[in-house]
Amino acid sequence: MTKVTLEVNGKKVSKEVPDHTLLSVFLRDNLNLTGTHVGCDTSQCGACVVHVNGKSIKSCSTLAADIEGSKVTTIEGLAKDGKLHPMQAAFKKTHGLQCGYCTPGMVMSAVDLLQTKKNPTDQEIREWLEGNICRCTGYQNIVAAVKEAATKM
Amino acid sequence: MASLVGSRVERKEDTRFLQGKGRYTADINIANQTYAVFVRSPHARAKIKSVDTSKALKSSGVVGVLTGKEIAEDKIGGLIAGWAIRSEDGSEMKVPANPPLAKDVANFVGEPVAVVFAETLDEAKEGAEKVKVDYKVLKAVVDPAEAMKSDAIHDGVDKNLCYDWLLGDRKAVDEAFAKADKIIKVDLINNRLVPNAMEPRACVVDYNTASEEITLYTTSQNPHLSRLVMSAFGGVAPENKLRVVAPDVGGGFGSKINVYNEEIVCSWASKKIERPIKWVAERTESFLTDTHGRDHVTHAELAVTNDGKFLGFKNETIANLGAYARVFGTVTPTYLFGPCATGVYVIPAAYSNVKAVYTNTAPVDAYRGAGRPEATYTIERLVEKAALELGIDKTEIRMKNFPTQFPFKQTLVHTVDSGDYVAGLEKAKQMADYKGFEARRKKSEANGKLRGIGVSSYFEACGIAPSAAVMSLGCGVGLWESAEVRFNPTGQISVFTGAHSHGQSHDTTFAQIAADELGVPMENIDVVHGDTDKGTFGMGTYGSRSLTVGGIAIVNACKKIVAKGKRVAAKMLEVNEDEIEFKDGEFVALKSNKKKTIGEVAFACYLPGQRDEMKSPIPEGDEPGLIESSFFDPANFSFPAGSHICEVEIDPDTGNVKVEKYTAVDDFGRIVNPMIVEGQVHGGIAQGIGQALHENTQYDETGQLMTASYMDYTMPRADNFPEFNLGFTCTHATSNPLGVKGCGEAGAIASPPTVMNAVIDALGGQEISMPATAEKVWKACKAMKKSNAKAA
Repeated sequence: MTKVTLEVNGKKVSKEVPDHTLLSVFLRDNLNLTGTHVGCDTSQCGACVVHVNGKSIKSCSTLAADIEGSKVTTIEGLAKDGKLHPMQAAFKKTHGLQCGYCTPGMVMSAVDLLQTKKNPTDQEIREWLEGNICRCTGYQNIVAAVKEAATKM
Repeated sequence: MASLVGSRVERKEDTRFLQGKGRYTADINIANQTYAVFVRSPHARAKIKSVDTSKALKSSGVVGVLTGKEIAEDKIGGLIAGWAIRSEDGSEMKVPANPPLAKDVANFVGEPVAVVFAETLDEAKEGAEKVKVDYKVLKAVVDPAEAMKSDAIHDGVDKNLCYDWLLGDRKAVDEAFAKADKIIKVDLINNRLVPNAMEPRACVVDYNTASEEITLYTTSQNPHLSRLVMSAFGGVAPENKLRVVAPDVGGGFGSKINVYNEEIVCSWASKKIERPIKWVAERTESFLTDTHGRDHVTHAELAVTNDGKFLGFKNETIANLGAYARVFGTVTPTYLFGPCATGVYVIPAAYSNVKAVYTNTAPVDAYRGAGRPEATYTIERLVEKAALELGIDKTEIRMKNFPTQFPFKQTLVHTVDSGDYVAGLEKAKQMADYKGFEARRKKSEANGKLRGIGVSSYFEACGIAPSAAVMSLGCGVGLWESAEVRFNPTGQISVFTGAHSHGQSHDTTFAQIAADELGVPMENIDVVHGDTDKGTFGMGTYGSRSLTVGGIAIVNACKKIVAKGKRVAAKMLEVNEDEIEFKDGEFVALKSNKKKTIGEVAFACYLPGQRDEMKSPIPEGDEPGLIESSFFDPANFSFPAGSHICEVEIDPDTGNVKVEKYTAVDDFGRIVNPMIVEGQVHGGIAQGIGQALHENTQYDETGQLMTASYMDYTMPRADNFPEFNLGFTCTHATSNPLGVKGCGEAGAIASPPTVMNAVIDALGGQEISMPATAEKVWKACKAMKKSNAKAA
């Protein structure tokens, strides 16, 4: 067992967990933050993407103990004061989600893209999202959402 | 009041999904729950000699271990085939038993043999490792084309043949072929696909020892149907003691229609161990055990005249059912496939013959389009090849054979109520700049690339219903849909539907429909689905049926609300009922112009007594309350149709195929929410392009699944696609009062042949099978270079 202390969505949390606890499991099972999804177990689908110290990572292939002391933002922490983050609002406006399962990871990944590059081209958006699989949308409206958010962020 | 139907309304469900507040099955935890891990057969075909659970039972944290022996002793029934299909000779189809836990024999890799329950997931996994199963490995039957020549997998199923089905008239086809100038032939493989909903299957079961009720939370497209099957065939619990909840479900695409082994086993076991149970599939378990799609081997022929008229069509197909026949397994390659195989064309004579075979692979069932993509691929490959061989333009040959009169009595089975196929193809040509293609081809050639253009025109029969038709074709249940509209006393409305949304946006579109009917803001309406304890029985969502069947049930229930509202308002306004008009949420007395809002009327319906001077508003013969339900069973399927055009560019040095342009023009009748319909089309096209270029499910000769993770199975990514160019034409369906047609599957039906026709066009007519991977295309390019060199 290891004691893991993190700042998650602005709150300090501390839990005693088995050493091999993945960040995705820590968030879902220990903190009940079930917005972070697990879709593949092989680090391919990206449904589990969260931010650690501001950068997007796949929480299904990160040990919670490995990021001891880090700041973690999950999909639950994105909206501020009851107002959707511009990326969330853009996904809604452009119909960038259907079943909603890949959405949290997709949104967190897209937010990091715009932090990294302000006005990406369609091709740059599509390439950035290579690590996020969506089975519903054909990606078209996701690309539209990122472009829409780029005008607001 | 402006109509909401037809508007691009943003989705109600998005607010929760976008904030991580969706509630999927794996998000549910129940106090004191145990974790289930299944022991699965590592062999495609093996006798189970013994199962030793003694070490597992002693393993730390293990609460219980159950095997096929116990489930058989408890007489829990297995999984079922939903449709009875007869062979050409009149004999009934052959369906083997499919127990929830294999007892004597395992028939595909991943088939569950035992299950371990433990306090933690890690302990359950460790326990499962300690279950010792002694197998005698048998030679597996894997290739569907060889299945009829192989050993029988199941007792009583000769040649592994489930049925040998015929639709159509062989003699008429022979006569038509005798008159033909030319016979066009294709040999096709419709590649096996894994549906791959992003949410892996899962179930959480809670058994209440006091009420003896089992609550099953599960990833299902049709919770009511799941309950029926588990109760009637599984014997897990009486229907009134079994509650099935399908909360937010992360995609289905057909793979979550079936009741699965794990749901039956965990429901049964929770009662046995008197503990809640949680099971969540790992992605590889999903690959191994979710129902797969497609997997046809087809030889088809089209008889044509020199000027491009179609005279006859025949199709001989071997369909792989996998190890067992499941809910839609037997109908997908027959009635969902055969009738559509003649496509959007007038073809005087046709037949489809399908031999469905069992193999030692995962069961094959409905996957987005179910039978209709296979049908469209067959006819549209033939038509494109006919155009090439006859030297006729590929759009002209299609136009020449389109029906122009509707209703169109299609060669086999269907009478298509409405459509305008010419308008669809004309629009697609114009949007795709079909005329400008040769110039683009030359430009690509100048850059050392090969460019091709492909067309396909499709129709499909969806909105799976009507009961009279489907039951006559072998369906074991009626396929109507139900709705209940509950006007609460304070004016908020709950709309209960038997359909289920797992991405289809019912929270929004069904609220749009009800808001228009009732004249209230859609914010006042909540759509409730997915819980057998809430709302009436329903058949669920598949076959693009939610709107055309379930949506109409909502419309009809709303009409009953308005009808009763009129009677009540008449009494309140002291006029005759026929003097009341309902408009924009108000009941208006025409002469006096006095009015009552529907909210006031609803409130009055709940206050039937006399108070002071106020008389009871409830007319004689009416009951209090304002709740109405409807079961809608349409008169016909719905028949969306359209034409898609694709352009690809191939790099002959790498074999890489780039989809440069994709244009889709579809006719879905009246559209409730264009934004959502476009999203459905995008997703369908993407899955179809996935089938054409990327996805393949590969078993090796021993029946091991070689593509059992996202490392090996190519899921299409964002950079595999261009921006799709969508257009619509509109002819109203006549089989429902909204004039709507299904839109969920069309993209996946039309796109595989469109893309493959483009690839084959780029390769100078050289046939290539799906998926057209870089390796295959590169080889084809090399062969082309060689033959070009020879010709020079």
